[in-house]
Formats: sequence, C-alpha cells, structure tokens
Amino acid sequence: MPDLDINDLKAVWLSLKLASLVTALLLLLGTPLAWWLARTRCRWKGLIESVVALPLVLPPSVLGFYLLLAMGPRGPIGQLTQGLGLGLLPFTFPGLVVTSVLYSLPFVVQPIQNAFAAMGERPLEAAATLRAGPWDRFFTVALPLARPGLITAGVLGFAHTIGEFGVVLMIGGNIPGKTRVISVQIYDHVEALEYTQAHWLSGLMLVFTFSVLLLLYHFGKGRLPVMSA
Amino acid sequence: MTCLTYCLLIALLVTGTVQADTVQVAVASNFAGTMEQIAASFAKDTGHKAEIASGATGKIYAQIKNGAPFEVFLAADEVTPVKLEEEGLAARGSHFTYAIGRLVLWSSRPGYVDGDGNVLRKGDFAHLALANPKTAPYGAAAVEVMKNMNLLGKLEPKFVQGENIAQTHQFVATGNAELGFVALSQVFKDGKVTGGSAWMIPEKLHQPLRQDAVLLKTGAHNPAAKALLSYLKSPAAIAIMRSLGYGV
Repeated sequence: MPDLDINDLKAVWLSLKLASLVTALLLLLGTPLAWWLARTRCRWKGLIESVVALPLVLPPSVLGFYLLLAMGPRGPIGQLTQGLGLGLLPFTFPGLVVTSVLYSLPFVVQPIQNAFAAMGERPLEAAATLRAGPWDRFFTVALPLARPGLITAGVLGFAHTIGEFGVVLMIGGNIPGKTRVISVQIYDHVEALEYTQAHWLSGLMLVFTFSVLLLLYHFGKGRLPVMSA
Repeated sequence: MTCLTYCLLIALLVTGTVQADTVQVAVASNFAGTMEQIAASFAKDTGHKAEIASGATGKIYAQIKNGAPFEVFLAADEVTPVKLEEEGLAARGSHFTYAIGRLVLWSSRPGYVDGDGNVLRKGDFAHLALANPKTAPYGAAAVEVMKNMNLLGKLEPKFVQGENIAQTHQFVATGNAELGFVALSQVFKDGKVTGGSAWMIPEKLHQPLRQDAVLLKTGAHNPAAKALLSYLKSPAAIAIMRSLGYGV
C-alpha cells in the first residue's frame, strides 16, 4: 500500500485490537445477562431490557459526551476510578474498551437473548429428566442450541465496534496508537483533504470486513440466520 | 378560514419577509460565540438574518470545496480565504482581517497555570489539550509555541486533540485534560479570564492569528452577505469583538 503510513497502520491494528477485546468481553458478560433476560419473569425485566437497548437509540455523540462527563474528574465513574488508584478513563485505551462495551451491548445481548428464548423449555426439561444438572444443561444443551445466536452476536458486536465513530470522537482525544481508531483516522484524512489515504484505508476495511462476513456466512451455511438488524 | 382572512395572512407573511435577507455564514469555532452576539446586533441594525455554522477552518474549507452552500466565511487564519480566492471559490479581493486572535494556555483549576507558562516546562500533567493542527489554526499556533519553547518533543506524548477549538475547550473545561491551548474569547468575559487559571501566551511565540473574512462565490449577489461583511468593520461589531478579547 503505497500511501499508507505508520499512523494509518497503527489505527488499523488498534481498531482490530479494540473490536476483538470488546467482542470477547461482551460475549462473556452478555451471555449470562441474555440467559437471565430470556428466562426471568421478574418485574424489573422490562426496565433492564430498556436500559440494555438504550445504546441502540441514543445518538452516539450523546453517549460519548455523557460518558466523558461521568468518567471525568468530577463525574461518578471518574471519582471511582481515581479512588481505586486507576486514574481517569477518557483518552485511554481501557476507557475506549469500557465505552465500546456499553455502546455495543444491545447488539450482543439481544441476539443471544432471542436464541435462548426461541429454544424454549423443552430441551432443558428433557435433559433434566436424563439427570443433567443446571450447569451441565447450560453448557451441553443450551449453548450449542443457541450457537447461531452467539455467532450473530459476535459478528454484530465486532462490526459495530469497528464502525464506532461518534463515541470515540467525543471521548478518545485522537491519540495515535491509543485512541485513534480507523474511523477517526479516515475522518482526519478527509478533513485534511488527503483523499488518497482515505480511499486506501476505507478500501482496506471494506475488503477485510466483507471477507470476514463472507467466511462466516459461507461456512455457517444453513446454521446462520439472516440478520435483520 | 374565510378567503379574506387567508389573503390577509399571506400578505402579512410576505411583507414580513420581503425586507429581510438571510446570509449563510461559516465561522471558525473560536469565533462562534462572538458571532452569535454580532448576528443579534446585525439583525437589530439591518434587519438581515445570519445563519451561523461553525467548525474548524480546514474542515469548512473542505466543505466549501465540495459545494457547501455558505455565502460568507470567517476563517481563523489569513491563508485559507486567499486560497479560496485563488481557486475561484471566493470573490477576488474581498478578504480582509476582521480580528486578531489570542491563544491562551488555560486550566479549569484555579492556580494551576502560572503567568509564565512554567507549568509547561515542568510537565507533570497527564493530558494537554490542543486543536487538531492540521485543520485548526489555533492548534497549529499551539504547536508553534511549543516548538519555540523547545518543549514539543517532551509534550507531544501528552497531546489530546480536539476536532476543533471548541472541543478542545470542552476537554479542559470538564477537567479531563488538566490544561490546554484555547482561544482567549472562549474564557474571556468583562475584561478578564473567567474561572480557572490562564497564561496569556506572548504573541512573539507564534505567527499572529490574523483572522480573515471573505465573500464566497455563492453569496456574491446576496445583499445580506455584503452587508454582513461591512458590518464586521462597524463600531458595534468591533466593540463586541474587543469585549471578548480580540484585537481589532
């Protein structure tokens, strides 16, 4: 790639790192939450579902702005992190991870929740009659049956984090190697009229993400539902 | 509604708008607040309405090149308006300096920034905010100041870049960056810096921030556009700019 320099490559690597980490974290944290939401009849279910779905409807700049305030030295999260000796989260990679986890939360939780709900009670009841304990039922029956939902959740979470822009713009500080993700780098090039570099970077990301999707759809043929998000 | 009432209503609407023209103004972020005040005074004195859009000078330049419908451009430097004239996107010879900006090193914490800028030499802070030097003249001036103080290498790892000078101010005002390079007008009121602590950067440390205005091609036949440009030289506008720390 003739026109891409070290900053561009750093941005690509940073975005991939961020998206992978956030997807892994969300699958880990989101699965129990989705399981609970799919099966509970608690009166707070609607409230929690709404809170989880908020990042779907909030403009990213709003989310980014309020996180900037909350994570700053005068905000509740900022005072907590300072009290724990962790410093402040804005302008750091961990801060970006936390923000992205919140921002992509509904994209991961909802597909998994739907997959668990669609499964219904019968497979689990059948397993119970065959003397499978609750953990056993979860890992050997529920998770495999929910696999299409888990794959959808992973792909959506990854793609959504890679495409993140408004939130990063508010809270990132555009630091090369730490918070200058690819979407911000492309934006910077466009603003400075460096259209060639913008074309190369955009093309690179398009090819990469398309290949990932193609692989997933091709090899998951018949087992992946069509995403209607 | 009867036919008569309907006709009266239309007549009222038409007479209400026939004298007032609108002008689309693009303003560099540092001048946005000042422009709001000038626009109010402009509307009172001439009846014309100014619709203001703000952003970094470089960003607005890119938008104009791509056909943005702005009619007047108030940049934060003198280079961009001349570029636009040479590229045929602005009326030749229409540019003039409407204000001289001041760069200020500001912190929202009182007593944090001393009157000599020694806080920069000590460098014991985590984040120093500045506007993107590629697109914001105030950001480029900030880099120039640090280069002239021989501190650029030491301070560059602590940079936190705002998209424009307004976002830079936001980073410092929320305390996320301990200090930053902002425009004087953003922290100046009634003759002094309001809140926090500041170092008025000596003008010899950077090229003067001569801010030029220009009449864009789209506004060449708009009387409100020409009226606004001459209004910027009027005593009323100059008084407003001076009250917000600009040299005129």
